[in-house]
Amino acid sequence: MAKKQTINKQTTTKQKTGKSLMQKEKKFRVLLKNKTKLVITVITSLGLLSLLSGCNMTLLDPKGIIAAAEKQLLIDSTLLMLIVVIPVIILAVVIAWKFRASNSQSKYSPNWSHSTILELVWWAIPMVIILILAVMTWRSTHKLSPYRPLDVKGKPMIVQVVALEWKWLFIYPEQDIASVNFLQIPVDVPVRFLITSDAPMNSFAIPSLAGQIYAMGGMQTRLNVLATETGDYRGFSANYSGDGFSGMHFVTRVSSLNDFNQWVNTVKQSPSRLSIDAYNKLAKPSEKQPVEYFSSVQNKLFKLTIMKYTTPGIANPDGSIKDNLTLTNGK
Amino acid sequence: MFGKLTLDAIPFNVPIIMGAGIFMAVVVLIVVAALFYFKKWKWLWTEWLTSIDHKKIGIMYIILAYVMFLRGFVDAVMMRSQQAIAVGHSSGYLPPEHYDQIFTAHGVIMIFFMAMPFMFGLLNLAVPLQIGARDVAFPYLNSLSLWLTVISAILVNISLVIGKFAATGWLAYPPLSELSYSPGVGVDYYIWALQISGIGSLLSGINFFVTIIKMRCPGMTLMKMPVFTWTALCAMILVILAFPILAATLGMLLFDRLFGMHFFTMTAGGNMMMYINLIWAWGHPEVYILILPAFGVFSEVVATFSRKRLFGYATMVGATVVIAFLSFVVWLHHFFTMGAGANVNAFFGIATMIIAIPTGVKIFNWLFTMYRGRVTYSTPMLWTIGFIITFAIGGMSGVLMAVPGIDFQVHNSLFLIAHFHNVIIGGVVFGYFAGFIYWFPKTFGFKLNEKIGRYVFACWFIGFYVAFMPLYILGLMGMTRRLNHYPASTGWHPYLVVAAIGVAIIACGILLQIIQLLVSIKHRNDPDYKDTTGDPWDGRTLEWSIPSPAPFYNFAVTPEVHGIDAYWETKERLKHGSSAKEKPHYKDIHMPKNTAAGFIIGMAFGVFGFAMTWHIFWLAGVAGIVIFATILRRAFDPHIDYYLKAKDVEKFENDFANGVRHY
Amino acid sequence: MNTHTIESHDHSPFSKDVFGFWIYIMSDCLLFASLFATFAVLHTKTFGGPALGQLVEVPYVLGETLFLLASSFTYGLAMLSVYRSRRNNAIFFLILTFLLGLGFVTMEINEFVHLYLAGHTWQSSAAMSSFFTLVGTHGLHVSIGLLWMLILIIKLFTERDIAVATSRKLTYLGLFWSFLDIVWIFVFTIVYLIGAVHVYA
Repeated sequence: MAKKQTINKQTTTKQKTGKSLMQKEKKFRVLLKNKTKLVITVITSLGLLSLLSGCNMTLLDPKGIIAAAEKQLLIDSTLLMLIVVIPVIILAVVIAWKFRASNSQSKYSPNWSHSTILELVWWAIPMVIILILAVMTWRSTHKLSPYRPLDVKGKPMIVQVVALEWKWLFIYPEQDIASVNFLQIPVDVPVRFLITSDAPMNSFAIPSLAGQIYAMGGMQTRLNVLATETGDYRGFSANYSGDGFSGMHFVTRVSSLNDFNQWVNTVKQSPSRLSIDAYNKLAKPSEKQPVEYFSSVQNKLFKLTIMKYTTPGIANPDGSIKDNLTLTNGK
Repeated sequence: MFGKLTLDAIPFNVPIIMGAGIFMAVVVLIVVAALFYFKKWKWLWTEWLTSIDHKKIGIMYIILAYVMFLRGFVDAVMMRSQQAIAVGHSSGYLPPEHYDQIFTAHGVIMIFFMAMPFMFGLLNLAVPLQIGARDVAFPYLNSLSLWLTVISAILVNISLVIGKFAATGWLAYPPLSELSYSPGVGVDYYIWALQISGIGSLLSGINFFVTIIKMRCPGMTLMKMPVFTWTALCAMILVILAFPILAATLGMLLFDRLFGMHFFTMTAGGNMMMYINLIWAWGHPEVYILILPAFGVFSEVVATFSRKRLFGYATMVGATVVIAFLSFVVWLHHFFTMGAGANVNAFFGIATMIIAIPTGVKIFNWLFTMYRGRVTYSTPMLWTIGFIITFAIGGMSGVLMAVPGIDFQVHNSLFLIAHFHNVIIGGVVFGYFAGFIYWFPKTFGFKLNEKIGRYVFACWFIGFYVAFMPLYILGLMGMTRRLNHYPASTGWHPYLVVAAIGVAIIACGILLQIIQLLVSIKHRNDPDYKDTTGDPWDGRTLEWSIPSPAPFYNFAVTPEVHGIDAYWETKERLKHGSSAKEKPHYKDIHMPKNTAAGFIIGMAFGVFGFAMTWHIFWLAGVAGIVIFATILRRAFDPHIDYYLKAKDVEKFENDFANGVRHY
Repeated sequence: MNTHTIESHDHSPFSKDVFGFWIYIMSDCLLFASLFATFAVLHTKTFGGPALGQLVEVPYVLGETLFLLASSFTYGLAMLSVYRSRRNNAIFFLILTFLLGLGFVTMEINEFVHLYLAGHTWQSSAAMSSFFTLVGTHGLHVSIGLLWMLILIIKLFTERDIAVATSRKLTYLGLFWSFLDIVWIFVFTIVYLIGAVHVYA
């Protein structure tokens, strides 16, 4: 019984959050629907649906509102362009066949090389399509910017992400815990990732929830997500960063808020603390690092991982963070 | 004495590398032995190495492109097979440190040492002939460019055996390519190979730009130039504008590594994003440098084999110019995910999409060139039709990725890999192959075997789809690029196996290409192959008005043109009986002399690059002195040209008319 | 034109060469543009070190600038002598140009050495790296120009009358020299003047 309720609750929130996005999308889709509806239905049934039926098309099976909007954008843009691409392919075959040299029936006008009307037509067709696509692009780019707070109520939960050689460190400043190569977040709660790198450039990617963003040393990027379904999703680095790069993936567990809190308590039991010393050890290159939990985290550690590159005096000559810093300035 | 170079640099314990090294050594030895056996050293030196004849330089460029293509393809086979087996607990047969070098080398080789030399090869073969010129503007620089490119390719191959190549990805993004993360010589090989070949490309760019602007025959106004020459002109403008940026960028990366500077380091104020911006400010124009001449080839081929004027010549030229211009304002679309604001991303996304408009127009123009034509399915035409179909799909996936919202998901995924192979194979490679077959008779005097050529096309066309369509799907499944191994639970494995089969089909195509070449050479004097008229395809432009293979002085009499399809119009006039051919009036021809300067400078640059890679500074100094001395000697050499007497020209022309060849 | 019995493999070789040289100069401009762009991005990234404007002395660099500008003037005089086939005058003005250019390079090296000894090296920060690279690349161009000038001066000594080939080479060098002048104006304005203004403002 209780289970059923949570499921119901989930679906309603899912509908709610999805709604505002859906309404905006509708405007664009009305454009597509009129005359081309028949063509599109045929194409969709032939092409895309067969692809969609593939069991694990991560990008076409989104579990977060950003990923869902990105999927819709992908499908809308594809359909829009197929309006030209499919006729071009058909024309290429048909024209080449009809005007084959052995077909003496067909018309031959060797000097016919110009027609203002025709050329205007095929300047106009791509222009119109690109114009529609440009409008879609302008709006969607602003709406889906990873920096933009989501259109949902509630203060986002913060997770600080540090790309290391070759593993991911997740610091939960509000919970004062940290984990390596495992990320757990609650469903239907907005989450804001603050991302940096203490390693060559990486890209933080959980395609089920949202598109990726680069993780770069001495800098901080951001990504806002809202997961709409519980489950385990694949997270990884999407930018090659050296020998251990292939093992740089992690499980993203989206769970109910209760389960999340329980997990936080489990992590709190861990004997390890993420002191500066422990961090320096962790930051050394390692491959296929197992999951690791830290019950507490050195104050302002995330800030230090950035400052060690931007401010003189934070890092030792070997690149590790100095252990005896007086951490007074900054928040 | 030898800088960082010790015997440890040679990986004796890695069988794959040693095998490849021994194979290369054996090939070189066989070639050297053959040269001794047939006593061809002098021939090699006087006819080829020191030649500044643009047609021979073109042939050497294309030989280089094909050899490096095989090397790059072997890399591709290794990557595809690794990914087809390295699933779950299996880690495949390539450890990451080796695999990482392979995908880096594959990208570098295919772009810099396959596509670029092939492009310059085709330009050399066709452009001077199309504009009725005797040679390029600066024949000696042309030879120098060739040897700079060759020696850089050799440097990349040396890195396989002595030391290692970069393991950074083909654009060597810092900070991974900085000394702190890549302390070995791999990135130095990369920098020097690209820097040296980049100088070569820049010189070629200037050379062909000046050639096309200044050396067109009388009557050939800009708007009467063949479309291939137009696309070449636009591509050369891009070379001139883009390659200095590459030189500066690689130079700064080099300074970081050599002098401990902080351009792109993470610390001390360096900015890796600056590198990524700069390298793509070169990199995006670079792909248009490659594709525009391919568009030119298709324009020539489609008109010739439809026996019809190219539809919308002015629009084609306009579209080319627009594409060339736009190529400089879209570089940011390679890194929407770097965290720029929504306005910036949206601007560059839309600018990118706009390129689809002139490109789409071109495709319609090609289609309507066939419309009401008489289409013969010769192999160049097959490649062209294959291109139109394939490029339409690749263009579509390209526009998809220009939408930042979509790019956030597919960036760096196999969807991206599928996209750019879709346009580079479907556009550039198909185009260059078509151009190669098209101008082959003009270059060598005989045609390639058509029947095998069809099988080649079939293998490539089918193989391409089998190899790369699964990659689109894998991208949608969330598979990122450059993975060495992956868990079985991802479900990627079957698609990667299919992709590997596709590569095998392409391999059959390549094998058939080699067979096609050998069979054609064997039968070169058969009537089916031999080009006795100089005009085997019923061509439209000036290169078909002279004998095949083209005489070393190209045109006995400088032609004069009155229209776009100059030679076609001449033929039409002759058909209608007007102005029967008069006896030509020959004059002395001013010709450049062969020179070894380009070859020597090129080789010395190779030594310089190798020495700098290994920090053997005395050797670099010696090489530098050789380079300087050779330049100086050439600059003050008064004996660089001669005159071919009118009576000799007449004799040659009569011989050609009687089927006697001087080649 | 048709009365010529000789048909050249091009129509006007000299104009072609000059055109090619112009195109080269344009591409070299782009090399400098890339370095300027990098400098614009990085010049404030001193990593705790002093601002660039505090390290450079504008009056000193102004002196340097005058040397280079004067050398362009004397090069112009040298070219006038070349066109009037006055070999000795040409040699005199070329030597003068060479000395002025050498003065410029010497002053620049002196500036670099001073900065280096004061601990402000190209390794200090991104700002210093971009400063040394931009200014140094220009200095390297000038040095190459000087070397070329020296060679042409020696060549002139060996010629009784100025050969056509030599006068053409001097024309190219003249283009190159003016180009370096123009680039230097930008270096002086963007690197030195604006840097100083920032400090004193």
